[in-house]
Amino acid sequence: MLRRPFFWIIALVIAVFALAPVVSGSVQLRESLLLASIYIILASNLNLMLGYAGYVNFGSIVFFGLGGYICVYLLGAPGWPLAAATLAAGVVVSVLALFFGLGILRLRGAYFALSTIGVNEAVQAFVANFAPWGGSSGLYLSSALFAPLGGPMRALWIIYFFLVGIMGLSLYLSYGIKISKFGLGLLAIGQNEDAASVLGVPTPLYKALAYSASAFLPALAGGLYFFKSAFIQPADAFDLTFSLEAIVIVMLGGQGTIAGPAIGAYFYEEMRGWLLTSDTFSNFQLVAAGALLLLIVQFLPSGLMGWVYGRWPQVRKVLE
Amino acid sequence: MTGIIASIIDGVLVGSVYGLAAMGLTLIWGVMDVVNLTHGSMIVAGMFGLYLLTEFVGLNPYAALPPVLVGGFLVGLALYWVSVHRMIGRPPLMSLLSTFSVNLVLIGIGTAVWGTVLFNVQVTLPGVSWGRYTFPGTHILAAVLTAVIALCLYLFLHRTRPGKAIRAVAGNRTAAELVGIPTTRVLSFAFGLGVALACVSGMLIATLFPFTLLSGDTYQLKSFVVTVLGGLGNPAGALMGGIALGLVEGLVTPFMPVSWTLVIEFALFVVVLIVRPGGVFTFRRS
Repeated sequence: MLRRPFFWIIALVIAVFALAPVVSGSVQLRESLLLASIYIILASNLNLMLGYAGYVNFGSIVFFGLGGYICVYLLGAPGWPLAAATLAAGVVVSVLALFFGLGILRLRGAYFALSTIGVNEAVQAFVANFAPWGGSSGLYLSSALFAPLGGPMRALWIIYFFLVGIMGLSLYLSYGIKISKFGLGLLAIGQNEDAASVLGVPTPLYKALAYSASAFLPALAGGLYFFKSAFIQPADAFDLTFSLEAIVIVMLGGQGTIAGPAIGAYFYEEMRGWLLTSDTFSNFQLVAAGALLLLIVQFLPSGLMGWVYGRWPQVRKVLE
Repeated sequence: MTGIIASIIDGVLVGSVYGLAAMGLTLIWGVMDVVNLTHGSMIVAGMFGLYLLTEFVGLNPYAALPPVLVGGFLVGLALYWVSVHRMIGRPPLMSLLSTFSVNLVLIGIGTAVWGTVLFNVQVTLPGVSWGRYTFPGTHILAAVLTAVIALCLYLFLHRTRPGKAIRAVAGNRTAAELVGIPTTRVLSFAFGLGVALACVSGMLIATLFPFTLLSGDTYQLKSFVVTVLGGLGNPAGALMGGIALGLVEGLVTPFMPVSWTLVIEFALFVVVLIVRPGGVFTFRRS
């Protein structure tokens, strides 16, 4: 892995993300890179299912929101430290995803897609009714919790570095899985599940593992994100727009590639910024994202990276 | 005890309307292997169709049924050409993403125009009393209309040439094409029909409950549950599934806050998928 150029490209991206706001000292740049990191985390983990195994997960935001809820809850009443609470959120969400996945992923394509839409609705309905998590009014954190991190200002920087780290881990996870035997199995499932199964790929297990793996890092990111806002409620935590945006980003950048989701996140973030500042379009963000997805699916199903690979095949050796 | 029975009967009345919605979804699935994710927004389109026709045109709520049916069919044809036609024969992932994106565009435009406030269509019909309980007339009429539409659909699919063509394409598209059935026309027709059913069920639901622009999500999920209960691609099973779902809702409502029903329905969905992925109400294909 270390000898491949792509490993060092990822390292370079992480370094730029970590250093750019420090060097320029710009809080605005930090906030926009933070959002970009979250997009990359969500998109590259979604890509494990969507791009590798060919299974669309319409409710990937559930991992993010549930991770946020578990983390905020543990930080509040039981008073866990931040690192422990975040890790616990990641582990719990991953284990839940594994069990759910083992059950539901014996099913194929459309059934799975339907169940992921349901997961989002049902988890949101559950949380909105779950009294210990504040029901529909949500949970608040006291600002005193920022004190162990050296006050709110420093805490925001620390959260940012952690999120950039998680973004890096997401990219390396995607890469590690892709060049492993496990990843080969997933790609085989994506191309022809019956053939993969006949050739000895344990398809239900692999799909459940990929589903569970794609849950861990978004749950960590959700924990940190909602710690940062010190407030969580069902409508924010399970905002379907995020799931949609992750899908658009993966499809735009190129499903099944690692650089694709990152590049897609960049372009999407640019487009979104332009739409939000334009008077005419600020109400139509969802419409624009949907229309963009429709165009990609109909005319450019392999995304930007697919187009680049078709044009300059040698790029494939450097950018995976 | 009578309270529970009354609640179950009412649940079954409402459930049959869910069955109608699911029939539209399952028809499209059965004919072209496409899960129509614009289903939720088409249900909402039916609701708003009723609202606009009663509020601004001044039609009787039930006189709005034919225009909603025809309008839904035309919208369905348009949707077929925009989102589904190029996806036929491609991996299911693509048609899912493409109908999903059209759904977002529709919902996005809707929220920008109407917002997400609650709408209500006033329908007054005398109810039927049974002891201390009264079944609302709207619920009974909705169930009756559903039964009539389901019967018409059955007769259409089994007794007319276009209906038989739809069933032939569902059975084997290549063979249907070989015997001279214009499959593309049949596919677009079936899609239009499926969307028309979704719109009509939305219209009927709007005579029962208040709704918002985002109600589609809830009813879409209910349709999925019903479809899975009935077996994907099986319109008769969808009606049975709808009635079964209504029965469960009726059974649960006296004991739990309404907001939990979605969680219970989803749990039911997962359990059915795992235990009987072919559906509970699957009959031998004739």
